[in-house]
Amino acid sequence: MMAAMICLGSLGCVAALLLAMAARRFAVTIDPRQVALMEVLAGANCGACGFPGCDAYARALVAGTAKPDLCRPGGAETLKRIAAILGVEVTERPPQIAVMYCQGGLQQARPKYDYQGLQDCRAAQKLARGPKLCPAGCLGLGSCVQKCPFGALSIDARGLAMVDRGRCTGCGLCVAICPRQVLALAPATESIHVLCNNRESAARVKSYCNVGCLGCRLCVRTAPESFVMDSFLAQVRYGRGQPAVMAEAMERCPHHCILNLDEQGNDQILPTPPSARERSTP
Amino acid sequence: MICRSFPGGTHPPGHKTATAHAPSLICPLPAELVIPLAQHVGAPALPCVTAGQQVARGQVVGRADGFVSVPVHASTSGLITAVEPRPHPCGAELPAVVLQPDGEDAWAEEYQKQSFHVLSVEAMLERIREAGVVGMGGAAFPTHVKLDPPQGKSIDTVIINAVECEPWLTADRRVLLEQMEKVFTGLEILKEVSGAGHAYIGLEDNQPDVAALLAPHCQKRDIGLAVLPTRYPQGAERQLIYAVTGRRVPARGLPMDVGVLVQNVGTIAALTDAVTRGRPLIERMVTISGPGVIRPQNLRVRIGTPVAHLLKQCGVTEEPAMVILGGPMMGVAQHTQAIPVVRGTSGVLAFRRQDVPITTAGPCVRCGRCVAACPMRLQPTFIADYARRDELDLAERFAARNCIECGSCSFICPANIPLVQSIRYAKGAILARRRRM
Amino acid sequence: MEPRTPLLIVSPSPHLHAGLTTSGMMGTVLLALLPAAATAIYLFGLPALRVLLVCVLGSVAIEALWQKATDQPITVRDGSAALTGLLVAFNLPASSPWWLSLLGATLAIVVGKQVFGGLGHNPFNPALVARIVLLISFPSAMTHWTAPQPGRFLADAITAATPLSESQSAVMLSGHLPQHISEFSARYLLGSMPGCLGEVSALVLFLGALFLLWRGVISWHIPVSYLGTVTLLSGIFWLMDPGRYPHPMFHLVSGGLMLGACYMATDLVTSPLTTRGMLLFGCGCGLFTVLIRLFGSYPEGVAFSILLMNAVTPLIDRYVVPRPFGMDRGRELI
Ligand code: SF4
Ligand code: SF4
Ligand code: SF4
Ligand code: SF4
Repeated sequence: MMAAMICLGSLGCVAALLLAMAARRFAVTIDPRQVALMEVLAGANCGACGFPGCDAYARALVAGTAKPDLCRPGGAETLKRIAAILGVEVTERPPQIAVMYCQGGLQQARPKYDYQGLQDCRAAQKLARGPKLCPAGCLGLGSCVQKCPFGALSIDARGLAMVDRGRCTGCGLCVAICPRQVLALAPATESIHVLCNNRESAARVKSYCNVGCLGCRLCVRTAPESFVMDSFLAQVRYGRGQPAVMAEAMERCPHHCILNLDEQGNDQILPTPPSARERSTP
Repeated sequence: MICRSFPGGTHPPGHKTATAHAPSLICPLPAELVIPLAQHVGAPALPCVTAGQQVARGQVVGRADGFVSVPVHASTSGLITAVEPRPHPCGAELPAVVLQPDGEDAWAEEYQKQSFHVLSVEAMLERIREAGVVGMGGAAFPTHVKLDPPQGKSIDTVIINAVECEPWLTADRRVLLEQMEKVFTGLEILKEVSGAGHAYIGLEDNQPDVAALLAPHCQKRDIGLAVLPTRYPQGAERQLIYAVTGRRVPARGLPMDVGVLVQNVGTIAALTDAVTRGRPLIERMVTISGPGVIRPQNLRVRIGTPVAHLLKQCGVTEEPAMVILGGPMMGVAQHTQAIPVVRGTSGVLAFRRQDVPITTAGPCVRCGRCVAACPMRLQPTFIADYARRDELDLAERFAARNCIECGSCSFICPANIPLVQSIRYAKGAILARRRRM
Repeated sequence: MEPRTPLLIVSPSPHLHAGLTTSGMMGTVLLALLPAAATAIYLFGLPALRVLLVCVLGSVAIEALWQKATDQPITVRDGSAALTGLLVAFNLPASSPWWLSLLGATLAIVVGKQVFGGLGHNPFNPALVARIVLLISFPSAMTHWTAPQPGRFLADAITAATPLSESQSAVMLSGHLPQHISEFSARYLLGSMPGCLGEVSALVLFLGALFLLWRGVISWHIPVSYLGTVTLLSGIFWLMDPGRYPHPMFHLVSGGLMLGACYMATDLVTSPLTTRGMLLFGCGCGLFTVLIRLFGSYPEGVAFSILLMNAVTPLIDRYVVPRPFGMDRGRELI
C-alpha cells in the first residue's frame, strides 16, 4: 500500500515538473496589444476581414500587415478603438449594408427549368446558368443565407433572399458568395434603391419578369440628378438622390422597381406610403 | 491478352437492346439547322459568313481561332438566316450560324478518294484539322492537338475506345459495325501519324457479337482486341488505358505521358473521311433512346439538327420531362428542346417524369459505397462534405481535382446525395481560386 | 410574360440511380432479423414478444417525438429507428420488465443517436450504447436470464445462467470448464440456451447475414474479419489448454458474437468507410472480444469491443485512406 502511494506520488511530481518545464519552454509571448484587440473586435469570426478569424486578424494588426479598417461588423466604434490601441490615424468609412437587388420571386419571374439538386445557388448556377430565365435575378436557394454569420438573411415567401437591415453589418460575405452578383453593399443611409439587377433590353425583360427594370428611362427623365442608366438598368446615384423627386419617379416606374426600404429593413415588398417616405428620407 | 481491372466502378443497367441491332438510318434534314461556333474544347471558331449568304454543303462557316481550335462547316447547302446567340448544349446562349437547308444538299467541291499513304504526316494533320475532327465521345477535344504531342513526348500505343459504357448509347457500336473498314483505315492513319507501334481495340464483353466479328480482322492486322469485363466507367480514358495496358496515367498528367493515345470509334471514322476524302465532320451517329421514346434508333444526324426534330422523328410517348444530351451517367440535362446536336453529342435521351430519379437527399449514412465505387479511388463523401462547407483546402487535399465526374458515387449512394454536383462545384472553385492566386 | 409551358427538369448528372436507398437497406436488415425474432419468441415465449414490441414501437415513437420537439423533419419512415429498437430488444434478456425495455429504447434513440444530430452522425452504435448503460446501471435485471422453453409460450420462467457466464464462473472456481461446455454440443447452434433475445440463435442470424450479403446490404469484410479473428485467437488458446479454454466453435455460437459481427459491427454509420478500414475494424473487434471473454471481468465482450472500435473508427478513416488512382503515396494530395 505504502509502496504504491510513494510510487504514484513521485510519478505525479515528475509529471508536474515536466509539465512546468514544457510550459516555460514552449510559452508563446503574446503581445498585450493583441489581447486588447481581441477584446474590441466583433468576435464573430466571420472572416469578412479576409483572415480566418478575429484572432488571426488581431495578430496581423499587431504585426502591421493588415489595414486597421477591415472589421466591418464592428463598425465605427471598433475602428476607433483599434486605432487607439495601435496608435494610428484612421478615417472612418461610411457604414454599408447589403441590398438584394431583385424582386422577381416565384410569382413574378419565369423559371427556365425545373431544378432538382443541391439547394445551393452556386451549384444551380452551373446547370444551364441557373434555373431562372432572368440571367441576373436571385435564385432563392439561399447560399447567402447560410453564409451570413449574423443571421441577417432569409428566404422570404416570394422565394427571394431578404436582408434584415437591422442585423446586417455590411461584412460583405454574402456579396462575395452570390453567383449572380445580385447582392451588393450600399451606403447604410440610403433607403431608396432600384431593385433590379438585369441589364437586358425591355423586350427580353418583359418576356420573363413582371417586376424587372425595363430601361425605359422614365426615372432618369423625372429625376436626372438622382438616377443613372447602366445599359438597360436604372440605378440610384447614392449620395446624390433628391428624395422628393425620387418619390415621383417611384410612382411613375412602370414595373415598380424603385423601392424605399424601411428602417427595420424587413419590408421590401410594399413601397411605404408617402407620409412614411417623407419621414424616412431626411 | 491480360486485362487488368480498374478500381471501383459500378454496374448500371445497360438498356442497349432497343437500339443495338437495328441498322442506323439517315435523319431527314430539319427546317433549320443551328450550328454553334463553339463545338470543341478551346477557342470558338470565328464566323466567316453573314446572314443572307448562300452556302454549300461542307463550306467553312467558322474559321479556327488558334492552334487549339477547329473550323466549323455548313452541314448542308442552303441559306444563312442569322449569326446570333442560340441555346447551346452547355446551357448558355452562344453564337451560332443558323442555316435554312435548300434541299439540294450539294457539296462545295467533289473530293477524289485518295490513299493516305501518299500524304505526309503534316498534310494528314492539316486535313484532320481542316475537317474539324474532334473527340466524338463527348469531350470534343481537337484531334489534331492530341495527335501532335509536344516535344519530348512520344506515343507508342493507340487504343480505339469502343467501350461505350454509358447505358442506352449504341452509336459507337453501330459505327463499328457499319463502317468497320473506315475504322481499320483510321487506325492505320493513327499509327502512321503518331508513330505508335501497337494498336488495340477496347471493347466490353457485353458485345460478344462485335468481338467475334472483329477478331479475325484484328488478327490479320496485328491489332490487339481487348474484350474487357463490363463495368462502368470502362470507357473513361484513364480506366481504359489501365485496363488495356496496365499503365496508370498520372493524376495531373495526360495519356500521352504514358505514351498512349485513345480515340473514340466515331472520331476514327470521321478522321478517315477527313484524310482520305477531305470530307469535313458534318454528320455523326446519334442514339435516340430512353424510356420516353417510341421508336428508339440510331440516326446519322447532320450537326446542328435541333433535338426537337430528332425526338419528332422517333416519336415520344408524352411530352418528355427530361431531355439528356449524352448518356445518363455523364450527360447534361437540357432546359429546352431547341438545342442542336453538336460534334460531341453521342446520344439524345428522353425521360418521362417517372423515370427521373428522385433527388431528395438524406444524411450520409457512411456506408462507404461511394468510396468503393470511385474509379479514381477518391473519398467522394468527404470531398462533397467539404465542398458543401466551402472547405476548399480540405477538398483539395482529398484530391477533389482528380475526380473525372463519372457519376458512380452519386449513382450508388443510398442516401441519394448529389455527390458529383458538390465535387464539381469544389473543382470549379479550386481552379478559380488557383487562377486568382 | 409569355404563357408558361411545361418545364423540363434539369438536374446534375448522373440521371440514373442504383435504386438502393437508406430506407430500403434498413428494411432489408429488418427482414433479415425477423426469423431471429421469431426464434426468440419461440424459445422464450410471450415475454420475448413483449420486449420486442416495446423496444421497436418505443424507439419509433421516441424518435418521432424527439424530432417533433426539436423541430426537425420526422424521419422515422426511413426505418432506422425501428431497426435500432429491434437491436435493443435483441440485447435484452426476455425477462426484462417493460420499463427496462422502454428505457433501453429511449437511451438508444436519444443518447445514442439524436443528441449527435441523428442518423449518420452518431459515433457509437445506439443499441450498444443502450445495452452498456443498462448493464452498468441495472446489472441484476440485465443478467437475469431465463431458460428457453421451446414452444411453451405461457410457461413460467425458470432462472438459468448463460453458457458464457457459466464457463467463466466455472473456470474461476475450479480452474476448468464444465463438462457440457468443453464438449461442445450442437444445441447451442440452434440457440437452445439462456441469453439475450438476439444471443440465442446463431444459425438463424447467420442465415440472415447471408441474405444481407446476397442483397448487397452488408459487405463481407467486417463479419469475416471479426469471426475469423475470434476463431483464430480462441483456437490458439483452446489448443494450449482445452480444459480451461472453450472450443472456438463455442465462442462463435454463444453470446452475442453472431449478432454483433453480422448486424452491429456492420452498422454503416459507426464502421469505417474503406474496405481496408473495415478489415482492421473487424480484427480489432475480434481481438477485444476474445480478450474480454477469456480474461475480463464480464463474461461477454462483444458490446464493449464494438463500442471500443466505434471510438477508433474516425482514426481508422483518417489514416486508412485509399491512394488516389494515378498518384504515388509520397507526392500525393498536393
Ligand atoms: S441573393 Fe444570390 S446567393 Fe442569395 S439566394 Fe439569391 S441568388 Fe442565392
Ligand atoms: S447580409 Fe451579407 S453583408 Fe450583411 S451581415 Fe450578412 S453576410 Fe454580411
Ligand atoms: S464522380 Fe468523381 S468522386 Fe464520384 S466516383 Fe466518379 S471519379 Fe469518383
Ligand atoms: S454512398 Fe452516400 S451514404 Fe454512402 S458513404 Fe457515400 S455519401 Fe455516404
